[in-house]
Parts: sequence; structure tokens; C-alpha cells
Amino acid sequence: MKRSPCLAPPFKIQERNLPKLELLRMSREQQAVACARKAFETGRSKSLEHRIRQLKNLKRLFAERQQEISDASKKDLNKSEAGTQLFETVGLEGEINLVIRKLKEWAAPRKVEKNLLIISDTVYIKPEPLGVVLIIGAWNYPWAVTIQPLVGAIAAGNAVVIKPSEVCVHTAKVMEELLPLYIDKELYPVVSGGVPETQELLRQRFDHIFYTGNSVVGKLIMEAAAKHLTPVTLELGGKSPCYIDKDCDISIACRRVTWGKYTNCGQTCIAPDYILCEPSIQDRVIEEVKKSIKDFYTENPKTCPDYGRIINQRHFKRIMAMVDDSTVAAGGDNDESDCYIAPTVLRDVKPEAKVMQEEIFGPLLPILPVSGLDEAIKFINKREKPLALYVFTANDKVIQKMVDETSSGGLLANDCIVHFSVSSLPFGGVGNSGMGCYHGKFSFDQMSHLRGCLIKQLKMEGMNSMRYPPHTMEKLGWVRFFLLRNLDLSSMGKMALLAALAVMAAVLFKMYLL
Amino acid sequence: MDRQTVQRTREAFLSGRTRPLEFRLQQLHALKRMINEKETEISTALKQDINRSQYDTPLLELIGIENEIKLAIDKLAVWAAPRPVERNLLTISDEVYIQPEPLGVVLIIGAWNYPWALTLVPLIGAIAAGNAAVVKPSELSEYSSLLLRALLPRYLDKDLYPVVTGGVSETQELLRLRFDHVFYTGSSTVGKLVMEAAARHLTPVTLELGGKSPCYIDKNCDIRTACRRITWGKFVNCGQTCIAPDFILCEPCIQGQVVECIRQTLLEFYGADPKCSPDYGRIVNQRHFNRVIGLMEGYTPVVGGQSDASQCYIAPTVLKDVPPQSRMMQEEIFGPLLPIVTVSDMDDAIHFINEREKPLALYIFCSDKKASKKMIGETTSGGVTVNDVMMHYTLSSLPFGGVGQSGMGRYHGKHTFDQLSHQRACLIRSLGMESVNLARYPPQDRRRARRVRMALRSPLIDMSKRTFIWAVTATIIGFGLFISLLVILLIASGLNCTCWYWRGFYNYFY
Repeated sequence: MKRSPCLAPPFKIQERNLPKLELLRMSREQQAVACARKAFETGRSKSLEHRIRQLKNLKRLFAERQQEISDASKKDLNKSEAGTQLFETVGLEGEINLVIRKLKEWAAPRKVEKNLLIISDTVYIKPEPLGVVLIIGAWNYPWAVTIQPLVGAIAAGNAVVIKPSEVCVHTAKVMEELLPLYIDKELYPVVSGGVPETQELLRQRFDHIFYTGNSVVGKLIMEAAAKHLTPVTLELGGKSPCYIDKDCDISIACRRVTWGKYTNCGQTCIAPDYILCEPSIQDRVIEEVKKSIKDFYTENPKTCPDYGRIINQRHFKRIMAMVDDSTVAAGGDNDESDCYIAPTVLRDVKPEAKVMQEEIFGPLLPILPVSGLDEAIKFINKREKPLALYVFTANDKVIQKMVDETSSGGLLANDCIVHFSVSSLPFGGVGNSGMGCYHGKFSFDQMSHLRGCLIKQLKMEGMNSMRYPPHTMEKLGWVRFFLLRNLDLSSMGKMALLAALAVMAAVLFKMYLL
Repeated sequence: MDRQTVQRTREAFLSGRTRPLEFRLQQLHALKRMINEKETEISTALKQDINRSQYDTPLLELIGIENEIKLAIDKLAVWAAPRPVERNLLTISDEVYIQPEPLGVVLIIGAWNYPWALTLVPLIGAIAAGNAAVVKPSELSEYSSLLLRALLPRYLDKDLYPVVTGGVSETQELLRLRFDHVFYTGSSTVGKLVMEAAARHLTPVTLELGGKSPCYIDKNCDIRTACRRITWGKFVNCGQTCIAPDFILCEPCIQGQVVECIRQTLLEFYGADPKCSPDYGRIVNQRHFNRVIGLMEGYTPVVGGQSDASQCYIAPTVLKDVPPQSRMMQEEIFGPLLPIVTVSDMDDAIHFINEREKPLALYIFCSDKKASKKMIGETTSGGVTVNDVMMHYTLSSLPFGGVGQSGMGRYHGKHTFDQLSHQRACLIRSLGMESVNLARYPPQDRRRARRVRMALRSPLIDMSKRTFIWAVTATIIGFGLFISLLVILLIASGLNCTCWYWRGFYNYFY
């Protein structure tokens, strides 16, 4: 465990005034967290100017260091330069721009409805920083899933400990080098490392933990967080079903599914995991998918610069093991030395097949024939709630039925993945696919404490006598009267305005037309 | 036995009958009827549990519950409807909205100090959101929990909302089962265990915990009124309220005055002997009685201090000059002891508060608006009430919940509905306009990437109906004004033709 030279005593009373010797015995992770907490307690992360400055610096990072970022992505996942931009940095830029523009509005006190009892008082919800947030990133879109929560955390005024995924080795190194050059390195330290370092981090106390990854580790994170009563946001995964109705433009549907599936070599948490369709269109679907694969990645995807690779040997073996008991309709070739798996389609897959037992996270697209929409819905509902649900149809009623009778993190009709880029939609899972949500204002709210504030005055004490003992029936009657449900002041205001206008109109009418 | 109950509840949920709004409204109406019809039985049970006066029950619990039900019934259609959101250039012709959905089976674990409010208010939100709920009232409020088990199935669907009673082992058994949300009210220690159990199933939790809620009294304020309000908040329910002002912080110069005002107020509220007052409660059981008495050990109170173990009675007690390291200042008191800790000024008070765990509530008594704002800005807590105590709890539009050790998640009003729903992001596109998508498909190149960049970076556009109507109306009004301006200018410049025209118009009518 490395020693970090970042800290200098004295600490705040919460650190129990550690003697110098103990400081040296602290692990690197403990030191980073203590450093971030000390920096947070100075209060400098709270001013809006500071937050906006840090966000602008982040934006500069992506503008100035695009080349290093792309090179690292290519080494890790064989992402093309344009691909990296498309899927990671452009979305981030949009998010940062949105936050900078809206921060003042989001951070301001928020008005709420009043009731009769407190009609003359000031009431509002005040968003406040939580403190020190831990962000654990993932390896498939390392920049998007690590920096996007970071943007929200900074915007909310927190200090953040950033733990990039060690699996994307080159990108983690670039993050560790570049982030301290652009943003405050005491408030936002980057801690790299593998499983033991993450476990050490999780033993420390945070005010929020944001984790992107799989459900198995998600459970461990929540258990660790429980020991400190730390709230968590877990962006997990699952098998995102994709239902293709026979009543739709199959060629376009398959194009979109192909794009969503094989981008980043299938290693996307919201990739369409498997297809459900009627047997009558299965052949057509396979044809169209094959056609789109050829259009996107040429006859030989291995040589195409836009086609990615599996992240490492372990995942390669895991994915290849799934192909065994299913029929390959397209693709299937692979090269272990290059971690290359061709875009593969599997047909007539059975629910018990190996490929249907866990999230694929690879370029295998199983097709399961179902008798119709009802059977598809039953199939989906028998399984864990997925992170995304896709339905392709020209019939609105089919879409409505899917919305009403299933549940998932998000639902996208007639396309794949793009709901991720709409900042006004909350992005997150439900059940096994996660808890909490983020993007845009949701990130800000997720990493803030929304504090209810009621400002009264020491006058009008007479009003309070109805709540004080000794109690009587009469006093109780008054309480019942005043604790009516909240007044809709806006509609009362509108009615008052309407009445005033009506009076004015009547007066004018009387004066000038009679 | 519990496993079967939960299984039956899940099957009832999967039948889909909680989905229609009519069903949820019907259940809420039934719950309201229960509160209204059974008020006497509920009061009796509370008197036996905690010696609650017959007026305090509606005052502190039933009116609030009824309020919440009324609000939910009134607003359910609005809350449960799809919520349209802002679009960007990429999705300008699509339907984009958030659909609130039920989570499934919610476990509600109540507490004993306000057994009806803390169990039924989350239940109202659970029903409104379309969930099924397993209700587990606290075994410490024995009569209330037995009454709830008897009453609820008579009014609500008994498969969807079963009541499970029992102690620690039954609760542990329940927590081993899988739920879609766990709503717990109680102590931080148990809160950690609840969250750990929930983690095994990846179940989200709402924890309404406690802490030591500080109450700062500024020397330049109406101390008499401040103390009246604090006295009410502290000694109601015999101090057994999660948001009761736990301790007072004030400057030494006003300490004597504070003590006097509290003493006078106590006389006014509970008479010379609070033991005889029908409005003064008791400690819930012997164990808590011993715990609270133990906190006082070694200190001489300036007001009260008497107790009677046979009745679990502790007099309203005030202690002054309490040192910060005393036992009383290490844990939440949850009893009728009011320690006063002296601080040198407001900054010292802020420092004191920030050194400790984040409390569930913060109370500030101060006439200077700027000073209160400073205190709010430099501290954090679940909620804040300035110049009163506990009232932020009564406003349904404020989110009620803790932060840090005092809890996570929030509820009341619409916040309960949102907490117990899944906000599902829905994007409905069409299979047309495929040409727009070309920029994102491989083969990728710089030109395409630039086009995508433009689309993704576009600002969000508010396509809501309201903005559209405003835009159209504004344009028409603007146009109208412009035309009238032209006409007026023409008239003013005295053009003959216009004059003639208007004279003719005038003559025609008159």
C-alpha cells in the first residue's frame, strides 16, 4: 500500500487528533478519504463559483486530451477514436454544459406548497452537499460511467473519491494522471487499484457511494455501506429483453438492434441482451441482422476499425462457454489471442440454454421464439427486472401493453440505448438491475441532501395554544380546522386574477359601452 | 408462517389488482373510514401502551394520518400519471416521459412511540403507489399492534396488506425474505442491520432513524415564547419523539431565564404535579425507564427529577450546565430530560453541532433572519424549523427524513408516493426518420462524429403544452400590440383617410 504525501495535521476533531505515527500507519486509501474529508470541511467545495470552475476545467480536459483518451480506449477495448467520442466524451460534454447552465437554479432553495397553519411563514427545500462521495467506475465505458456521476457530485458541492475500474488498465492510468491536473486534487482524489484496494476503500466511511457494475458486487457494496448507514446508488445490469413485433419495419428494427448490440462488442449494460419474436419472422430477423452487420463492420469484422474486442481473456472464455448448447445462425468465429469474437446470432434458443442464465455482455445475440406479445410479457415478468426493455412495433397498443404489464429500469420503443443520452430522463435500474438514478438534475438530487426548512416567527403565539395542554375538545376542533390539506395557492391566485379581470371588464363595459 | 404470508402477498400483487387507480382509491377510502370509526379503540390502546391522553392521540397521530389520506386521494391521478420531460434535438419528435410504477411488495416496520402514524403514513404511500405491503408494527406498543392486526384486514384487502406481529426473532425472519422496498422507522443500530439484510436481496431502503436534535436559543429573542414552544415539543409523549428537541444550546447569561420560563410553562401545561395530569405520558416500558434514569445519574436537575418506577413515570426534568462528555450527551435521550449545554455564542454552537453526527432535526430560536440563515447554511440536518419545534413534520409538501446517521430517504405527501414507486424512464420513438440515425452507425468518421456531437450537445427544449400555448399567445398579443401601435400612430399623425374612416364608423353606431 503506497503512502500518500497529501496530508498534513492538524485534523478536525472527528479524526480524533491522530498522532503523527498513526498517520503514517494509515493506508493510502484511508489517507485519500481523510484528505478529501478535511478539504470538504474547509467549505470550499460549496461555493457555486468553485463548482462551476471545476466543471469548466473538466470540460477542458476532454477538449485538450482527446488524443490520450482515445489511445487508451483503443488499447483497452479497441474502440475507434470516433467511437470513443460518440459514446463517451460527447455525452459528457453535453452533461457538463447542462449542469453549468442550470446549477444556480438547481442549488437554489425550492418553494413548496403551504397549509393554512403556516401560511405566513417561509418554507422551502434547501439542497445541500452530502459530504464525501465514493464513485466506483466500470470498465466498459470508463469515462462515461465514472465522470458523469462525478459531474453530479461536484455540482452538488461534495468532495469525491474516484476509483476507476482496474480492468481497463490504460484508461485507469490516464484518469489517474490527468484528473489531478485539471480538478482540485485534494477534494477529488483518484485512487486506483484492484479488489483489495476497493475493499479497503469500502471500509472507510463515506456520505454516499455510487457504484456501476454487476449485481454480485453490488450486494457487497451495499452491505459494506450498511455498516456506516451510507446511502448508495447502484447502477447494475441484467438481461435486457428486446421484443420485435411482427407488425413493424423489420429491416429498420434490426439495424437499430444490431447497432445497439454490437457497439463496444456487446459490452454495454443497456445492450439488447436477447431477442423475443414470433417464429414466423425469425428467419427474416436473422437475415436483416446479418445484413446490418455486414454494412457496419464489413465482411471481416476482425479487420474493421469500428469493431471492438472483449476486455480480457477471462471474459472471452466466459462468453465463448455460453455458445455451446445453442445453434449459431451467424458469426461464431473467434480468436482467443486477440480477444476477438465475431458478431454472432444464435437461433431457436431455449430458455434453459447457458446463454440465457446470465447477462451476456458480449457479441452474442440469442433469438428466442415466442408465440406472441402475451407470451413475451410472461417470459419477461418471470425473470429479474432488467435495466432496459426494448420493444419494436408500429402498433401503439403493443407499446402501451408493454409499459403497463412489465417493469424495468427504462423502456425504449423502436430504438436501442439512446434513452441514455436524454438528460431529462432518470437513468437507473430497479430490483436486481439497481437502485437510485442519475443524469442531469437527477445526478444533482441524488448526491444532495434535500433539507426541509420551515422558518417561523416568534409572534402569533395565540395560534399555538390549540396544541398546548391542558387539552380540550374545543382546541382539538381548531386543530382539525387548520390542518386541512395544503392549499393550492397558485389556483387561488389564478382565481383572484380572473375575478379582478372580470371586475375590470364589467367596469369598462359599463363606462364605455353603455 | 411469515414466509407463506409474504408469498401470498406477492401472488396478490402479481394478480395486478393494485394497478387500477380505482382500487387504490377504494383502499384509501377504507383506511380513512377505519381511522374515523375506530378512534376510540385506538385511543384506548394508546392509553394502555404509553398513557397517551385522549386528545393527544388525534392531535399527534390521527389528524395527520387523515390529512395524508385526503391528500393522496385528491392527488393520486396526478401523481400516478406519466410525467412528460424536456426533450433534446435528438428526441424532438418522440414521446418522452417518466412513468411511476409500483415496486412490488413493501415491508413497513413501525415504531412504538407513534405506532399508528409511523406505520400508516408509509402504508398510505405504498397503497397509493400501487404496491402490496406487509405491515410489521412494533411489539413494544403491544395493544396498538394487536389492534392493528385485528382492524386492518376488516377494512383493507387482507391478502395485499397483511399485518405481521412479533418480536425480534419474527422481524429477523421477515428480513431474510425478499421485498422490493423496506421502510424502517427506529434506531440507527437496528437501521444498520435492516440495511445489511436488505443488501442481500438488493432491496432499496428508507430508514427513518434518530439522533440528538439540537435546539439553539439566541440571547436576543423572545425567550418566553421560545421556551413555551420548546417545552411543548420536548415533553409531549413524554419526550419519546424522534424529532423532539434533545438538548438546548444557549449562552450562560440566559440559562437562568430559560430554566425559569420552562418551569413556568410546565406549571401551565401539566399543573403542579404532572403525575396527576391526564395529558402527561409515561415511559413505554421498564427497560427504557431504567435507561433514561441512568442518563441522569450524577446530575442534579434544576426542575423535576422525580420518578416512579411502578408507573414508569419520570417528571419533566431540566438540567443545566451539562458537560458535553456526559452520558446524557452521548446517546439520544428519548425521554423527558432536557439538558442545557452552554456555548459562548452562535459560532460556538455551530461548531458544537458540526462535531457530532448529523441530527434528524435542528431547531433555531432567533429573531435575526441573517443569523438563522447563517446557522442553516453552516450546518446540516434532516430538517430545520426556526422559531418553533417539530412543525416541519406537519407540512406534507416538505420531504421528511434524515441524513447520515439520522437516516436515508424521505416521505410525507407526494414524497412517500415517489419513494415507494419506480420512476421508469420511457422513450417512445418511431421507426421512421432513419436517416437521422445514419450519423451514429459505423463506419465512423470525423464528419459523422461532428454531426452527432451537434445533436447530443443541443440544449434541452421544453416542449410542454404550457410553453407552447404561452409562445402562441405571446406572439398574438405582441402582434396585436404592434398593429394597435401602428393604428394609433396613424390616427395621431392625422391622416385624413383614417379620420374619415373612424368618423364614419362612429356615426354608424351612434
